[in-house]
Amino acid sequence: MASAFWCIVEDDRAGRPKKVTGEVLGEGARLARQLGGQVEAVWLTDKATDEGLKQLAEWGAARVWLLENPALAPYRGEVWTPALAELAAAQTPQAIFGAVTARQRELLARLAARLGVGLAADSVAFSAQDGKLVATRPVYAGKLLSKVGWSKPPWLATLRPNVFRLEDPKTGAAPQIERPAVAISQGTMTLAERKEEASTGLPELTEADIVVSGGRGMKGPENFVILEELAKVVGAAVGASRAAVDAGWRPHRFQIGQTGRTISPKLYLGFGISGAIQHLAGMRTSKIIVAVNKDPEAPIFKVADFGIVGDLFEVVPLLTQEFKRLLEK
Amino acid sequence: MKILVPIKQVPDTATQVKIAADAKGIDTTGITWIVSPYDEYAVEEALRIKEKRGQGEVVAVTLGPERAKEALRSCLAMGADRALHLRDPAWENADSLTVARALAAAIKQEAPQLVLFGRQAIDDDMGAVPAQVADLLGWPCASWIMEETISEDGKSVRAGRQVEGALEIFTIPLPCVLSAQKGLNEPRYPTLKGIMGAKKKEIKDVKAADLGQTADGAQLFVVALEALPPRPPGRIVPGEPAEAVKELVRSLREDAKAI
Ligand SMILES: Cc1cc2nc3c(=O)[nH]c(=O)nc-3n(C[C@@H](O)[C@H](O)[C@H](O)COP(=O)(O)OP(=O)(O)OC[C@H]3O[C@@H](n4cnc5c(N)ncnc54)[C@H](O)[C@@H]3O)c2cc1C
Ligand SMILES: Cc1cc2nc3c(=O)[nH]c(=O)nc-3n(C[C@H](O)[C@H](O)[C@H](O)COP(=O)(O)OP(=O)(O)OC[C@H]3O[C@@H](n4cnc5c(N)ncnc54)[C@H](O)[C@@H]3O)c2cc1C
Repeated sequence: MASAFWCIVEDDRAGRPKKVTGEVLGEGARLARQLGGQVEAVWLTDKATDEGLKQLAEWGAARVWLLENPALAPYRGEVWTPALAELAAAQTPQAIFGAVTARQRELLARLAARLGVGLAADSVAFSAQDGKLVATRPVYAGKLLSKVGWSKPPWLATLRPNVFRLEDPKTGAAPQIERPAVAISQGTMTLAERKEEASTGLPELTEADIVVSGGRGMKGPENFVILEELAKVVGAAVGASRAAVDAGWRPHRFQIGQTGRTISPKLYLGFGISGAIQHLAGMRTSKIIVAVNKDPEAPIFKVADFGIVGDLFEVVPLLTQEFKRLLEK
Repeated sequence: MKILVPIKQVPDTATQVKIAADAKGIDTTGITWIVSPYDEYAVEEALRIKEKRGQGEVVAVTLGPERAKEALRSCLAMGADRALHLRDPAWENADSLTVARALAAAIKQEAPQLVLFGRQAIDDDMGAVPAQVADLLGWPCASWIMEETISEDGKSVRAGRQVEGALEIFTIPLPCVLSAQKGLNEPRYPTLKGIMGAKKKEIKDVKAADLGQTADGAQLFVVALEALPPRPPGRIVPGEPAEAVKELVRSLREDAKAI
């Protein structure tokens, strides 16, 4: 079917699709309606679950292409790419979308090379122009937006998490499952070890709806406790500026910015962060930005929706209390 | 062991970028250029591998205009042995796939055991070239690596890639492609001796025809570059901390509906 909009499933490695896949399917469905076609899910996994398949249908997937094989876990680009390319060659989809996640940003790039087509990585918006797709992506540390188009289909893109809306769930929808015969190679690289990060008990930085973030103004690693307490109350992830990371106060994986992670939460709260351009690159697409800084001239106030000029060591505990009061109601 | 490091010259992150008159690119007048920061991690790691093994060669390569030679010089000053400068009108409107094809062709000629990239170039932020090159060569790759160790026999590498919530450590046969994430190392500064020495090192010009490449046209084209839509002006919540916090939380709840 020539006008399928494919969405590659991102799962939790235990047979459950992640929310970001719902977002990608949601945007795929809207574009399919505008440009003609239908949205379909493509799931490469060692083991799918019934509830996972049902979830994909409820998120709007008109069809699920299921490639289930032990060699597909853990993700390896050299194994996934030829399998997906073979399926794409047979089915000629109009578009192939993925999420900006560790595996999919690599997978879609490999696939673009394999298929000889363009890739719009880290897209934050799409529009249809004269029956063709145009993607918008931040460039130059988020200082500019680049609108890009493709010379030919399939249109490959990765979508930034937390930016696109889910469709209203099609409750009770049953998945139409296809199990195509596709060659799966064994690959050459082998997993030696998986080191889980010490669990913070808080959401993953790039997936969190709320992110609380601390900078040099935190003055030392021990003080991040107050941000963690605040985070626990509102269900947030805790991030950091590069200054805090380079000082060794927080591990690298928590760095937000141009040389760290890119996040788009509903709410970003920054404490003791000046708002350097490289930091803004990683959080500028947050929906609401709150800044607390004792310097009224701090550049972060230029992008903040709300600001408090004050000492974070006074403000943070008060905020924690106030949120607690509000959420207990 | 021969290691190839593709690097890109990009505007300094603190530079004000202005959109060019045709709205397809940026106005490059007055821009300070640097080696993309992730690529410095890649160069550093390559040098460390060479130093640890006591032998080997580190080759920096870039595709770009004449000014990109400066970026190659910086890598030579850090300690790279020689450099390739891919430069040809055929590559003028290159997208990441064109760049990947050119690099893959150069890599085939050079036949290194390892190709070390940066995770993404901080101007276009595509993060596509490393995996594309790996696919064009039919090599395995690991992206966003935080650590690596080459086996003593030089036949494989153990590399840890950063994924959500974990570090996945793979044993990968060489040759392969790796891309560097921040945290892999701390890049060295070139010494004065390094800077002087770099002037004598070779930067070889490579044309598209030398690599059997033709202008095959970009698969992804820029429709327009646009400035960011301005964010609505923010509000400094006034008052003593206790009052300000109460008002902030109320606004977040009632006005912004953010919580
Ligand atoms: C005049 C002009 C016109 C352009 N037109 C287009 C266009 O029409 N369509 C389009 O999509 N893009 C266009 N570009 C951007 C473009 O060509 C990018 O250089 C290309 O997309 C590769 O960079 P990237 O940001 O995708 O690299 P990434 O994939 O983000 O880079 C990852 C890594 O790959 C390596 N790498 C990347 N680029 C190079 C390089 N040039 N040399 C050596 N190693 C490299 C580095 O190790 C880097 O860390 C244009 C650029 C210019 C200057
Ligand atoms: C190539 C490159 C890449 C970079 N990538 C990143 C990146 O990915 N992410 C990133 O964050 N940075 C990045 N940086 C660094 C960036 O330029 C800044 O240096 C960094 O973001 C500063 O961190 P900060 O805001 O925590 O510290 P500072 O700029 O030192 O700001 C600290 C702030 O805390 C405030 N403060 C101090 N005490 C208090 C208090 N008690 N109460 C309230 N406020 C207080 C001060 O007024 C000040 O505004 C990069 C830089 C370069 C050159």
